[in-house]
Amino acid sequence: MNEFLASYAFLIVPVIKIGILVFLVLTVDAYLTWLERKVVAHIQTRWGPYRVGPHGLLQPLADGLKFIFKEDPMPAGVDKIAYFLAPFLTLMLALTSLAVIPFGPQRFTIWGYETHLGIADVNISLLVLFAITALAVYGVALAGWASNSKYSLLGGLRSSAQMISYELALTLSVVGVLLLAGDFSLRGIVEQQAQSGKGLLSWNIFPQIIGFLCFFTAAIAETNRVPFDLPEAESELVAGFHTEYASMKFAMFFIAEYTSMITVSCLCTILFFGGWLSPFPLSWTFTQFLPPVLLIAFGLWTIYDGIRYETIFGRLLLPGVGIALLALGGALLAFPVINSYIQGPFWFLAKVFVFLFVYIWMRGTLPRFRYDQLMTFGWKFLLPVSIATWF
Amino acid sequence: MNAPLMIFFVLAAVAVFGAVSLILQREPIHSALSLIVVMVALAGLYLLMGAEFVAAVQIIVYGGAIMVLFVFVIMLLNAGEEERTNFSKLATYAGIPLALAVTGFIAAAIARSGGYLPAAAPNGALTSTKTLSMLLFKEFVYPFELTSFLILVAILGAIVLAQREN
Repeated sequence: MNEFLASYAFLIVPVIKIGILVFLVLTVDAYLTWLERKVVAHIQTRWGPYRVGPHGLLQPLADGLKFIFKEDPMPAGVDKIAYFLAPFLTLMLALTSLAVIPFGPQRFTIWGYETHLGIADVNISLLVLFAITALAVYGVALAGWASNSKYSLLGGLRSSAQMISYELALTLSVVGVLLLAGDFSLRGIVEQQAQSGKGLLSWNIFPQIIGFLCFFTAAIAETNRVPFDLPEAESELVAGFHTEYASMKFAMFFIAEYTSMITVSCLCTILFFGGWLSPFPLSWTFTQFLPPVLLIAFGLWTIYDGIRYETIFGRLLLPGVGIALLALGGALLAFPVINSYIQGPFWFLAKVFVFLFVYIWMRGTLPRFRYDQLMTFGWKFLLPVSIATWF
Repeated sequence: MNAPLMIFFVLAAVAVFGAVSLILQREPIHSALSLIVVMVALAGLYLLMGAEFVAAVQIIVYGGAIMVLFVFVIMLLNAGEEERTNFSKLATYAGIPLALAVTGFIAAAIARSGGYLPAAAPNGALTSTKTLSMLLFKEFVYPFELTSFLILVAILGAIVLAQREN
């Protein structure tokens, strides 16, 4: 058995890692929808989901079940191949792009096979990401064209035009970071930011703050999110390119959108905010205790909130979750080895979460662009500015 | 049969299948999609030769930028289904022998070289981004700049042609 594992580890280990990552990402996608509804609701002084589970925490589960059991009608006159291909292509590309993201600095060996936190460590990972982004246009464009509906077609056309225009600014605004790092690999870019050991101050954001703003703006446009969600502008186009999709096929577009939000947040973190690096200088070793302290504080708050909750289910579930968080935090305090191991992933995920929150925040705050404003902004402002960041 | 050879045959089959389907499809958008399949399969072949940079650029430029424009134009013009006409006489009498002749030439060339075809560069040693840019900007800088000039002329031409209508 061991021999078999050792000789096929190069195949087994990545497959296990892919399984874990896909499971995690899909779960995060589901809870991102919950977070989005909650945050937008609170911005608009509403409560958001509250009925399904305590604080609506089981809402994503209910949504998922609904998607699975819904009827999946196919409109008349669709182009069958493209109609089926589009959601699969969109989801596949969105998930593939996560494969080159490094989540932490560690390298470890399983069954004699050296591996790391991330699926693939390609030395041109940034280019691979851009290649996948470049293909992602087809999913939206095909969905719009194949559905045989004027709303879908308009959404698809708008979206392809938008993605082509903003891809330029997206790629060009990264050139500054590439020049600083001298490396196409995301791991190399992060390691270059670690060199001076000054924490926050050695991140790429300081020389490249305009580059970051250009990158983030273009990336929001690439992921078709507010204020650049013209492809699915509901007041004009019903639902844009996915008007004619229902059930799991619609869910696939939805999951793909949230997955690409995660990818973009990961990219922002890696390129401009030092990836898995801690924002504090290396000499401040006490900041190592931040993850367990945060976990314990959050666990205590969850218990406090839980025992006052209205429903019995909530009074049972929330303190349970709180105790689990407390135990996790305690374990990290008790075993410093594990604590030092999770430092990288902790900071990485914390930064990614901040970007995801900004995404949602913007959705709750900003109005949508008009189509001509979108094009003028992209070509006449964003593109020249992102070229100017090279100097 | 070793793994790289197997991957090669799969990618080659996909590329050929895509190319044939490109010609046979009647819906313009299906043809465009087939062409994208060919481009991606070619990128896979480059990757197999260790040319990672070229593979990524192949997808970004051909798979992404150029083919998106094709698809966009087809969608915008709403190009309908192609009408099958009877094959022209010229295609039957000159085309088929010509195709056979070209296939024969290529097959003969491969057969004559026997097993002595030069191997691809070992694992990116020759094709890393740095080596590639060194070649482009040092050794072949004049052809490179001339090509970019040619492209610039084409862009200017496109603008002039588009402006004339107004």
